[in-house]
Amino acid sequence: MCQNPGCSCSDHSQADDHSHDHSHDHSHDHSHDHGHDHGHAPGPLTLAVNRSLLEKNDGLAERNRRLFRAKKLLVLNVVSSPGSGKTTFIGETAAKLAGQLRLGVIVGDLATDNDAARLRMAGIPVVQITTGTVCHLEADMIAKAAAKLDLDQLDVLVIENVGNLVCPADFDLGEALRVVLLSTTEGEDKPLKYPPMFHSAHVAVINKTDLADAAGFNRGQALANLKRISHHALIFEVSAKTGAGMAAWLDFLKQQRARL
Amino acid sequence: MHEVALMTEAVRLAVESAQSAGRGRMAVLRLRVGTLSGAVPAALEFAWEVVRRGTLAETARLEIETVPVVCWCAACQMEFAGADFFNECPGCHQVSGELRRGRELEIAALEFN
Repeated sequence: MCQNPGCSCSDHSQADDHSHDHSHDHSHDHSHDHGHDHGHAPGPLTLAVNRSLLEKNDGLAERNRRLFRAKKLLVLNVVSSPGSGKTTFIGETAAKLAGQLRLGVIVGDLATDNDAARLRMAGIPVVQITTGTVCHLEADMIAKAAAKLDLDQLDVLVIENVGNLVCPADFDLGEALRVVLLSTTEGEDKPLKYPPMFHSAHVAVINKTDLADAAGFNRGQALANLKRISHHALIFEVSAKTGAGMAAWLDFLKQQRARL
Repeated sequence: MHEVALMTEAVRLAVESAQSAGRGRMAVLRLRVGTLSGAVPAALEFAWEVVRRGTLAETARLEIETVPVVCWCAACQMEFAGADFFNECPGCHQVSGELRRGRELEIAALEFN
């Protein structure tokens, strides 16, 4: 038994007020010097935590969402694999909405600001987030980037996420709508290969319909796959390049913005 | 590899929980990961090796409890095992997308010696 009154170890004869379980074995060696405060651990403990790894991001996303709602800003989180045409799709959306809705863009990329530069050339307010090695955007990155835009001068804010169908799925950014792009050149089984992303989307856009025949795209199969995984999602079929099908998408955006 | 971000957050939460419980280095960090969470256990383990360095979790062991998919059939009022976001009820053969378990991504518990 420890005799040193200044010692914080648990092997004292007087009743201690530690609330943890003391039913464990205390037969460990106490022959060491007790003339110092050695911060003895209070014994084995299993601490139930039960906290989500996403709670911090979810909280920040909710804060973004409140800000966006207060400003009557329709916010889209556009996700897809690299090369499915997000930048062209967003640029064409902005151009076709000119004079009707004011659109700003936050672009996420691992490196380069090529996409941002393309949009900026078209006269669209753009903030670039270069994520370095991070494969997705998170809510706090959006909060910081949005602060660089004059949100009062915008009606729609489009977030172009990092081209990746896996990682961005788990991270809520505070968007009103998650829009997943699937291009006809990628194959119709993408929804089956990346179910969390497609399942989380409110809107699915099949892009590059002008290349469907050349790519041997099986439209029926793609729609069936989308309906299976993203059964609740609205589906648009467009070619951002030729403009085919864009009118329905733009009408939908205007409707969504008007509802805010 | 969003698992690095997830593991960084796991260690941050673990350290915060350990400190508020007045404890130091943890012996075990136990995660609960659903099979449809979008996180891959092997990638979480890989990230763990890096992000725990220099923290109270540095010498801890990582345990990952995998949670299989459990779906709910509203018609039969019963849970059944699934594999996907949509699963066919073995009772009535209707497809249900109401997941009860399988999307978990959380710290279950910490153990201290």
